[in-house]
Amino acid sequence: MDWNTIFVTTVKASIGLETVVYALAAIGVNIQFGYAGLLNFGQAAFLGVAAYGLAVIVSTFGLSFWLGIVVGLAATVVLAFLLGIPTLRLRADYLAIVTIAAAEIVRLVFRSVAFKDVFGGSDGRQNFSGDFYAMNPYAPGSYGIGPIKFDERTTWVLTVGWILIALSCVLVYLLMKSPWGRVLKAIREDEDAVRSLGKNVFSYKMQALVLGGVIGCLGGFIFGLGQASIQPDLFGTEFTFYAYTIVILGGAARVFSPVVGAAIFWVLLVFVGNTLSEAVGAGVFGSAITVTQVGSVRFILVGLGLMLLLIFRPQGIFGDKREIALDAR
Amino acid sequence: MHADTTVTSKKAAALAAFEGIASEPGVPKPDPILVIEKVVRRFGGLTAVDVDHVEVQRGSITALIGPNGAGKTTFFNQLTGFDTADEGSWTFNGKPLRGVPAHRVARNGMVRTFQLTKALSKLTVMENMRLGAQNQRGENFFRALIPSSWRGQEDEITERAEELLERFKLAAKRDDFAGSLSGGQRKLLEMARALMVGPELVMLDEPMAGVNPALTQSLLGHVKDLREEGMTVLFVEHDMDMVRDISDWVIVMAQGAVIAEGPPDTIMSDNRVIDAYLGAHHDAPMSAEEAEEQLQEAEAELEAEIEEKA
Repeated sequence: MDWNTIFVTTVKASIGLETVVYALAAIGVNIQFGYAGLLNFGQAAFLGVAAYGLAVIVSTFGLSFWLGIVVGLAATVVLAFLLGIPTLRLRADYLAIVTIAAAEIVRLVFRSVAFKDVFGGSDGRQNFSGDFYAMNPYAPGSYGIGPIKFDERTTWVLTVGWILIALSCVLVYLLMKSPWGRVLKAIREDEDAVRSLGKNVFSYKMQALVLGGVIGCLGGFIFGLGQASIQPDLFGTEFTFYAYTIVILGGAARVFSPVVGAAIFWVLLVFVGNTLSEAVGAGVFGSAITVTQVGSVRFILVGLGLMLLLIFRPQGIFGDKREIALDAR
Repeated sequence: MHADTTVTSKKAAALAAFEGIASEPGVPKPDPILVIEKVVRRFGGLTAVDVDHVEVQRGSITALIGPNGAGKTTFFNQLTGFDTADEGSWTFNGKPLRGVPAHRVARNGMVRTFQLTKALSKLTVMENMRLGAQNQRGENFFRALIPSSWRGQEDEITERAEELLERFKLAAKRDDFAGSLSGGQRKLLEMARALMVGPELVMLDEPMAGVNPALTQSLLGHVKDLREEGMTVLFVEHDMDMVRDISDWVIVMAQGAVIAEGPPDTIMSDNRVIDAYLGAHHDAPMSAEEAEEQLQEAEAELEAEIEEKA
């Protein structure tokens, strides 16, 4: 077994593209679900419309990269309003139902044959990241410490991605320390109480939905640019559920929990996956597991790990046990 | 003592305002803060609230009582914008409030509490209190990002909250989660938080429900204090001792309608109220004549049967 490769890929996973994308998506979910108590099960759609906004403007219509970013952001905000206006006045469950359905609608529209000319069907879109890499300040070569190295393109994407994560964390920190964040947390606890104290609950919920969507959509841009291509099936419902897993793993309503949660989630997945495939390759399990089954088995093992975490540390890594104890009362 | 004289004068003023007012439902008051006109709320075929006309006197403590299912809480919900009335109108300080959303009703100075206390469990007691303050600059998204723009106001709010917590004997709990408080303490916190809004009319939905008797007296004292500070109180309550103790005027609801109004010491003996609570055809002891009459009827029936058979 090649422990060196396992070690290198695992360390790379902790700061790699997936971690960045999922961290941004999870920061958004943390604002919506962790702080405001909104069950947005359509976070994947927010990343999807942003990534497609950018890709379609650049590759389908041949317009500029920055216009693509603006369109992606605008599409995210429009989606948030479309989902929020009819549902945020209702009970929390309705938002969950509408968002999960909307996310699937968005994905199916992207991969539909009717719009193949615009969205590229199930092949998605390519050739939209040229302008982004043209801005790359890193000279060709590889960057990193010791054996952990990324090429100049990945380094550039990760640099931008981690700057966005840092900015998002600062934003969340400032907001949640402020009276604005206090209203949000209060809405999570009891909407009617907040209404009776003269706060416009609908407006705050909408602000949280839009903000969480916009931060998530940054992850959509990074996803598309990092891979230099997008496919509709990247934005399936499991994407959203991973983001929720990450938030709960880190501990809901904590500033750094989505970031650390994303790193741990991907480190676990990559470490378990690589160790398994190396072990299968070395014939450790005999014929019990084949190479093709490794992908599923790693999810089984990671799922088991997450269940153990929730049993023994239900508040997540950064959570406060006292808060969980209150729920039991 | 100075405090005593103000207490008596405010109570006396409230009682004087009710002097000579007839004990009729919908009777006009000298200086009403809240005037309700034909409010109707139906749930399918059930008419939960059908109030013709009611006025609430400014500066008084008015109790709203009635048997279970009389529509008291539904009526509260209509008035405070938590539910939409099917018909009717009501004015608060002359301002029409029908169709106004709940948060605007609160901003206008009409603040309610809930029958089941709504302490915001995972916020500390102090955060609960701060939330009540109005016109906070830091509650705007963009200004929230610049702490210097709201710090000063936050300090003022905190100071005011500390005074109220002191008064409500919750100062020691300041940094505890509200969810860790006892039921009675939550009621106190909810009332204190409502006061942070700076209301003119405080609407308390069953302030004594689930409160341990030791805390009852202190809660009663706090409600009386609200009147002393010039606020108007309208409360729903089942505890008749409490109603008699603190209210200046009582409004009685039954089956959605206001059936009687009057001062607390006479309203309990009003026939309409007794009927509403016990039913109009309640079992009175049978008199001797009635017993005799029934006996004769039964005998006549028996005789008729015997004759038929013969």
